[in-house]
Amino acid sequence: MFSIRAHNLSKAYRIYHTATGDRQLHTYRTLREDIMWIAKTAVTRPSDFFQKRTSEMFYALRDVSFEIGQGEVVGIIGRNGAGKSTLLKVLSRITEPSGGSAEIRGRVGSLLEVGTGFSGELTGRENIYMNGSILGMRRKEIQRHFDEIVAFSEVEQFIDTPVKRYSSGMYMRLAFAVAAHLEPEILIVDEVLAVGDLAFQKKCLGKMDDVSKQGRTVLFVSHNMQTIRALCPRCILMKQGKVVLDGDTNTVIDIYNREVSQSDVDARTAITDSRLRRGSGEVRFSGIHVKDVAGNKPTFFEMGSTLRFELSYEVFAPVQGISATIVLKSGRSGEMVTSVKHVVTERRLAAGETGTFVIELPKANLRPGEYPLYFWLGKSTNHPYDVVDGLTAPLMIQTEKSADELSFDPSKPFGIFDIESYLKDER
Amino acid sequence: MPASESILPAKSTITNDLPITTIKPSSGWAALNLREIWDYRDLLVTLATRDLKIRYKQTVLGVLWVILQQFVSVLIFAVIFGVFAQLPSDGLPHAVFINTGFLCWNLFNGVTSRVANSMLGNSNLISKVYFPRLLIPLAGVMSVLIDFVITAGVTAVFLFAFKIPLTLNILALPFFMLLTILIATGIGLVLATLNVQYRDFVYAMPFMLQVLFYASPIIFPSSMITDKLSTLFAENALASWFGFLFTLNPVVGLVEGFRWSLLGKSSLTPAMVISDIIFAIALFAIGTAVFRRFERRFVDVI
Repeated sequence: MFSIRAHNLSKAYRIYHTATGDRQLHTYRTLREDIMWIAKTAVTRPSDFFQKRTSEMFYALRDVSFEIGQGEVVGIIGRNGAGKSTLLKVLSRITEPSGGSAEIRGRVGSLLEVGTGFSGELTGRENIYMNGSILGMRRKEIQRHFDEIVAFSEVEQFIDTPVKRYSSGMYMRLAFAVAAHLEPEILIVDEVLAVGDLAFQKKCLGKMDDVSKQGRTVLFVSHNMQTIRALCPRCILMKQGKVVLDGDTNTVIDIYNREVSQSDVDARTAITDSRLRRGSGEVRFSGIHVKDVAGNKPTFFEMGSTLRFELSYEVFAPVQGISATIVLKSGRSGEMVTSVKHVVTERRLAAGETGTFVIELPKANLRPGEYPLYFWLGKSTNHPYDVVDGLTAPLMIQTEKSADELSFDPSKPFGIFDIESYLKDER
Repeated sequence: MPASESILPAKSTITNDLPITTIKPSSGWAALNLREIWDYRDLLVTLATRDLKIRYKQTVLGVLWVILQQFVSVLIFAVIFGVFAQLPSDGLPHAVFINTGFLCWNLFNGVTSRVANSMLGNSNLISKVYFPRLLIPLAGVMSVLIDFVITAGVTAVFLFAFKIPLTLNILALPFFMLLTILIATGIGLVLATLNVQYRDFVYAMPFMLQVLFYASPIIFPSSMITDKLSTLFAENALASWFGFLFTLNPVVGLVEGFRWSLLGKSSLTPAMVISDIIFAIALFAIGTAVFRRFERRFVDVI
């Protein structure tokens, strides 16, 4: 029995050409702009005047079709701008599709970004009731789950404090607790778990597992591949508003990673998304390649092999000297695991200059796993020119050695670094 | 989690008879879905109480502000226009006369501006969850009604102080209130829709409302205008023409209606009542239709 059935779902946004010639995504306009546009068109191109205002369409979703059975837990992955969030918004009825249709069986509880539908002035208690009534629940029903929600969210002490005074962690905990406990038949969770601490993330994942065991459907968007692998047997890969792959999670993620590693980062990639790219922009990475000794770009690196980071940069404004840092993060928690920093040059660089340098990590003793990468280019710690954070494919380490040759179980690698150890003086 | 476990057996009965929602692009004009609004009545109450809480939570005087505001503005206007300017007041004490005008105007003004600003003020909610969007402006209307009860109390004090006896006319007050709310909500909904699209209205609205305030018989009786017109253009068709223009302002009939109900006499004419009934039906219908027509685009624009 289906729980969500999407049929050629599309969502188009109109990109207007404003009077000043700028292209802007269909957003709020001012009367002045509209009047200016009319005036300008009337004068310069009277022939166009009676035609439709020039605009082009941007498809955030294009002919998306899939069917999700009841009780399935499905992960949705894809790069930023692939349409994941738009899809969730359409399915939660926040925004209307421009084409196609979707059928949804039962109520949808959605947790999109931090603090779904919370009102800052209201207390935690009041927000729980408000969210319940948004889901269409009666007061009595909400009361039944109230204690459970409070206990799960660990905000007992602050339940009568306006949520605007909550820390982002508390906010998120309460939001998740509300969404997961108010028993919607479909739970939609968008990349929110990154906010909470590790222990709570675990708790949430456990809860999502519970929810699915009760026969409820879970749709989960995340950039954390390890979480997706752990939680979702099925995964949908989206690209440019389309579903490009739908199937077994491990297969889909491997294909995705291969694709990401092949797509190159240049000076402009994701520059508008501060989660992925930040910095003042005097110098930008114009190329990031992770290679092995032979100069290949493998999807998986053998544990203990040499990693060569080939980094290119382009100077946009004169600077004095460049330093570069590479940080390895944990695929589970996102914590920074280790970092290396090098002064690339101390000389003055003029705008337009480009360069390439290599940072080599010989015999990187990382245990099998996924390591998201963070690249930093700057002068001093508090003045980054460019930060590329999780934009490239994560570093994937595996090992072909058997358990006998290793000091850990390769099927369940625990920890991050492979350190040497010997059994001595057996008595 | 033992707590969640305990409710599992009872609740694990997800069956085929769950309602199926179909999501597809809508087109054209949508009808007012009263059924859906009724289903969400709990949320409507929650949103209205939230509106009130937000307004009074961090104020020391709280509700006293509404009373104080009413008293002070009535006093100022009564002194300036009654004592110094000596405007007519249909033979009523100025304070009572102006206070009644304010009672009506505050309801009209409150509903219009609350409804008009409701969508922008709740963009956070709109972009995160689905519920019938009309609930937000309606909740605004409800919270203004609470304010109205308070200012009505102030009015009662004025009536008592000036020994104005209540007549059976008071029974017509709910009717004029309803007209006021329908007209103001209708205008507010159109403005709310425009507000989302063009932020200009955020600035233009207070100004437009101020113009309307002085064009309405709040500090003067409408008889003053009609009298003046007849002396200016004695027996001229122009007089009735301007008089007609004046009564085209729906607020004229509302204010005079309030006065008629509470004070027993006013310059209310049957024509004003009839035109306001037409206004109420037409504006409310237009307002909800426009709002429903464009609400599906709010999220993409806001």
